[in-house]
This record gives sequence, C-alpha cells and structure tokens, in this order.
Amino acid sequence: MIYSLLVLSSPASGHGARTAQAFARAVLQRGHSIHRVFFLDEGTSTGSASAVFPQDETDRLQPWVDLAENHGVELVLCISSALKRGMLDEAEAQRYESPAATIHPAFIVSGLGQMIDASANSDRLITFGG
Amino acid sequence: MSNADKKSMLVLIRRAPYSSSLARASVDLALAAAAFEQQVDLLFQGDGVLQLLPNQQSELLGLKSIGKVLGSLPLYGIEQVYVDARSLSRYGLAGENFVVPVIPLEDEAMSELLARSDHLVSC
Repeated sequence: MIYSLLVLSSPASGHGARTAQAFARAVLQRGHSIHRVFFLDEGTSTGSASAVFPQDETDRLQPWVDLAENHGVELVLCISSALKRGMLDEAEAQRYESPAATIHPAFIVSGLGQMIDASANSDRLITFGG
Repeated sequence: MSNADKKSMLVLIRRAPYSSSLARASVDLALAAAAFEQQVDLLFQGDGVLQLLPNQQSELLGLKSIGKVLGSLPLYGIEQVYVDARSLSRYGLAGENFVVPVIPLEDEAMSELLARSDHLVSC
C-alpha cells in the first residue's frame, strides 16, 4: 500500500512529529511504500538544521535524515509555512538575502501542490499533530 | 502533477479563525486541492464554524481575512461547504449571513460524509 504523511506539529512541542517518523519506519518495515512526507504549518520546523535539542533526549532530526538518505523517502516542507518560520534552503536564503540556509539538505521546500499530488497518488494519507 | 486516479478529500476545519496559523493553513490546503481540480469538501466543526462569520475585522490583528478567503471558494468551484449542525446551535448561529453557503449536517449525515471521502485531513 502507498502511504503519504502530513505532519502538522513541531518536534519542539508535543509528540506528533516523533510519532510520524516512527509510523514512517513501521510502514517501510511492513513492506509498504511512502510516496511523500509533507510538513505543513508548525511541522515545517522539523527540517531545521540549526535546532539544538537536549543531549539526553532522542535526536529529532536524524531519524528523518535517515528515512530520506537510506530509504529514499521524500521530505517536503510547505514553502509558505517554512519561510515565515525562518526555514530557508540555500535558494531561498539567497533570494531573501538571509545570512544562512537553515534547512537540512535532506528536506526540500515546495508548494501545497506537492501535498495535493501526494494525496492523489496515495492509498492512505495520515495526519500527525494539529 | 502526475495523473493519478482522482481521490476525494475532506478537509475538517476545527480551529477558530486567527487562533493559530493552522486555521489559515487548512483553508489554503483546501484551496490548493480545488486549484488542482481535486474533489474536495470542507466540513466546519466546533470552533471552526466561527471562520464562517461575516465582517471579520482581521486588519485589527494585522492579518488577512480568512472570511474573505472562504468567500472566494466558489471561484475555485466549491459552491457550498458542510457544517456541523450541532456546532452551529452551540454558538447560536443560524447561518444566513455566512461568507459562503453552508449545508448543516446532523451526526448521521456527517458520518456518511466522513465514510465516503477517500482522504480526511483534520486541522
């Protein structure tokens, strides 16, 4: 079965983002596929390359990077949600003359059309947080 | 955008307008679905029914009006939206002045709507 995930909550608050990555892992372990993970609203801060979490807590970025790099899962941050939270990739950082990119390169920034495409091409769309 | 089977999406809107950025994000999601010619329905429930009220003076908050955005739904081919009848009565609203025409649903009709939609997004 083809899944897509919609993540609405920040890894800094609550457990929606953590549950989402655990779910993504379980989906793959069961032999299903993930078409796309789309991060909207507060969920976009999941892609922060500069967030620093306490050392005695579980890493909140690396599990996603692992899903992207080792399992080919596409991670897309909603551009309008991302920009207003200071989440910029290299191209956007240059466009807005911001001092640095803040998004980990395992994530890409794109529009809501990517979310609609994910919905249209997946058997299941699962929302986390919100 | 790949040419997959059309799937129906129901966007369940539960947030009061301006209560959080998610209120606007969920409306934008529904508009995007309509713009990409997907079958999309909106269901307003709980505090979400307050988004339908006219004359939202959002400029006082320095924000764009969600009411105005919802008023543009017919331009995207969405002529009517669904609303939880119980939530309307809880707020004492009748609906004649809403920013977009609404279809109030009782519990049973709401269950049917949820059951017949391929995808549900709850914001």
